[in-house]
Amino acid sequence: MSDGYLAGYLPLAVILAVGVLLVVAMFAGNRMLRPAHATHEKLLPYECGVDPVGEGWAQTHVRYYVYAYLYVVFAVDAVFLFPWATVFAGLGWVSVGEMAVFIGFIAVGLLYAWRKGVLTWT
Amino acid sequence: MSDLLEALLRVLVVLVAFLLLPLLVGQAEHKAMAHMQSRVGPMYAGMFHGWAQLVADGVKFVQKEDVVPRDADPAVFRIAPAVALLPYFVVMLVIPLGPGLVGQDLDVGLFFVLAVMGIGVIGTLMGGWSSANKFSLLGGIRVAAQLMAYELPFVLVGASVAMAAGTLSLTGIVEEWQPWWLLWQGIGLVVFFVAGLAELQRPPFDMPVADAEIVFGPYTEYGGLRFALFILAEYAGIVVLSALTAVLFLGGWRGPFEDSLGWLWTLVKTFLVAFVVIWVRVAYPRMREDQLQRLAWQGLVPLALLQLALTAVGVVATA
Repeated sequence: MSDGYLAGYLPLAVILAVGVLLVVAMFAGNRMLRPAHATHEKLLPYECGVDPVGEGWAQTHVRYYVYAYLYVVFAVDAVFLFPWATVFAGLGWVSVGEMAVFIGFIAVGLLYAWRKGVLTWT
Repeated sequence: MSDLLEALLRVLVVLVAFLLLPLLVGQAEHKAMAHMQSRVGPMYAGMFHGWAQLVADGVKFVQKEDVVPRDADPAVFRIAPAVALLPYFVVMLVIPLGPGLVGQDLDVGLFFVLAVMGIGVIGTLMGGWSSANKFSLLGGIRVAAQLMAYELPFVLVGASVAMAAGTLSLTGIVEEWQPWWLLWQGIGLVVFFVAGLAELQRPPFDMPVADAEIVFGPYTEYGGLRFALFILAEYAGIVVLSALTAVLFLGGWRGPFEDSLGWLWTLVKTFLVAFVVIWVRVAYPRMREDQLQRLAWQGLVPLALLQLALTAVGVVATA
């Protein structure tokens, strides 16, 4: 374990455990100190003082959906950038050109979305 | 066994930093904002200029009742604040203060940091969704839309720095850094900082928690300790973003006397960036939701792509 590649990740496991312990300790302290007087009104969803209307999980604008698609397209591309970033200097202009073509395709996609009016709020 | 002990020791040092630095930034924000607005800010707690105000707040929060709304999804509602907070704690482990002064130097440090920072936002989204409240839901969806818009330029300019340095290790990036990178990576610096602000939902990008229109967005139903954890996550986020900006773009511990005072340089740069974060909050009004999206997709993403091109050409031309 001590000389393997994963040994570098041991502190990560430790910090996750310590973090969870920290949160648990905070809430344990809270549990010992806090009052508990739950009333019906206190547990209602907050809608500025009046009784809540309908359900909390309401329908929302589909506009956000399109941004999610755009994001997925670009996020996949960004992942490929990182391994390439560390080696491309040795590969020279050819590799830069290849990456430019790759990103260019996606940039054209963004331009298309822009021209189609996806990015303007209606 | 000694490995485990050493790891534990490193983690405890990070824990102290994690509990201390956000409070320093928070207190600096109280006082800096107050003086910029011709007020004095907290003055009583701790006798001297209200230095203990946030400690007093913490003591208050820990004694508060734990209210879970009737319609909420209780399990998700309860763990959401921890999901929002812990990623910043984990990220602090890999950010270097000086040469060798780092919790754990990972080969893929930059990639790890960018990946883990995104998780914090999921905590906010979980809180917004599980509250079963219309304001919370709207706020949560705005958080998600904002993350998706700004994560992209954030990651792209991160990749630009990795290309310039030829490594993904944060320590390696600082060692490769040269002062003229301030110009070469200048666009990246601005894009990274602005996109980071937006990911933390700091003003002027605080549409998701816009108090004048959707109460407090995803945090509407939260109170007491869980609310305090969300706020702590925000300030830990400021520390992490400032430290990352300092390490990636401002040269981290590089500066005069870097051999003996390197860690001090990192801290000074981090706090300077944190001060700008506070300053921006006072200086700019909140942006509207459509303006937010337009700034990201039509402003920052093209700029980030331009920065990538500049970096690629620069590296190959000088190689």
